[in-house]
Amino acid sequence: MKILGIDTSCDETSAAVVADGTRILSNIVASQIDIHSRYGGIVPEVASRQHLLTIIPVVKRSLEEANIGWNNLNGIAVTFGPGLAGSLLVGVNFAKGIALASGLPLIGINHLEGHIYANWLEREPLPVFPSLCLIVSGGHTNLILMRGHGEFEHLGRTRDDAAGEAFDKAARILHLGYPGGPAIEEAASSGTPRFTLPRAWLKGTNDFSFSGVKTALWHLIHKEEILNSPARVADAAASFQNAVVEVLATKTIEAARKLGVRQIILGGGVAANKPLRYRMLDASPVPIIFPPSVLCTDNAAMIAACGYYKIQQGLTSDYDLDVVSGLSLD
Amino acid sequence: MKSLELKLQSPKQTQLLGMHLGKLATQGDVFLLVGELGTGKTCLVQGIVHGLGIKQYAFSPTFIIIREYHGRLPLYHIDLYRLDNIEEIADLGLDEEPYTKGICAIEWADKGLNILPEQHLLIQLSYNPDIDTERTAYVMSKGKRYEELVTQLKVILSKENSWN
Repeated sequence: MKILGIDTSCDETSAAVVADGTRILSNIVASQIDIHSRYGGIVPEVASRQHLLTIIPVVKRSLEEANIGWNNLNGIAVTFGPGLAGSLLVGVNFAKGIALASGLPLIGINHLEGHIYANWLEREPLPVFPSLCLIVSGGHTNLILMRGHGEFEHLGRTRDDAAGEAFDKAARILHLGYPGGPAIEEAASSGTPRFTLPRAWLKGTNDFSFSGVKTALWHLIHKEEILNSPARVADAAASFQNAVVEVLATKTIEAARKLGVRQIILGGGVAANKPLRYRMLDASPVPIIFPPSVLCTDNAAMIAACGYYKIQQGLTSDYDLDVVSGLSLD
Repeated sequence: MKSLELKLQSPKQTQLLGMHLGKLATQGDVFLLVGELGTGKTCLVQGIVHGLGIKQYAFSPTFIIIREYHGRLPLYHIDLYRLDNIEEIADLGLDEEPYTKGICAIEWADKGLNILPEQHLLIQLSYNPDIDTERTAYVMSKGKRYEELVTQLKVILSKENSWN
């Protein structure tokens, strides 16, 4: 069974064809990072205009690379939230149009669920249940218990900034550019975490908070004259990264122990952060799985994979599918 | 124009100020929030959310720009952090429905002061260079409705010991 996936939730226009929820036949991602890095972030109207320009060529290429036509497809999966409303609309309306014209089933996908299903792609053996999922990206920091396909329990989330957003803001404070995750990781690789920054443990909950460490970093650069020395910037980046990674890893592993899950699943752009992966691999009592870096960041293959399992459960959407910018997984 | 300067000794006190604003808020109110990264803008909005009777955590809307909450009145929590260009802010259409039917709390409002509603309550948050956890809130009204709001706020705060 072959599913076309479409994702326009943020700043990448992506289309992919996935067979049986696991095999990637094509995965095209047109990134707008070059455009947005000039602004140090995503600009919503620029983003939706770019999606409009790129969606047709991107979908066409995904079919060409998969070497199939519309008649070989079995469904169209599209992200309907969460994300930027204007950007989501481009993907959802495009998907509705081709679903109507082709008669193929339309499947609305929650982007967060997509990040989890990135772990079903090109993996042998497949993930097992129950699993604890940590989704960490520019817009999300969520701890989710997954008991089976489509069976989720939301355990915790950030109370202020998402982990990836904290990386972006820290990179801005340290003048390291956008996107902040890779910029901080690279700067940190030549530094030592010698500055003390606070960790918000929020004991007794599965929630996270990253605004305190961001504020502490701001105070640090103003007190220690960090910015005029690349070595000190590297140390500050390493200290910041260490603080964020330690909280993410420790709280996730603690929750996994308590819940007795069989596996921990990582997803989202921050899951590409190597210190996070290593720390979790080191400390976890259960296997940790995560997608290759290209499948951690936004892509449509994960949306198609998720769509396959939805179709298997008979969960398709009507043509009145609407975007939900603040969609959660509850 | 009426104004008010407050020392906020902790994030809790920032939230408390927000909670009072949330309780006093009426349809169409616009709160403009200005201040460096980490001075407590989102924290203040968490208080507003609470004051409107919304049982949810207001977390950062930076990623999706506008986040909606539904309580006694709808609250639109808006973040201009990523928008550096005035046309992009104008494109949000904050002077139109549904925003005018609810309450708008706009972070990084200094990026769009020229095109944001002329009548508003502006709350400027700043660090205290000597005490890391302390902030100063400078509250300023533009327009009659907001002068009234500042007067009401002063009355409430004068009854609580925690405000100096």
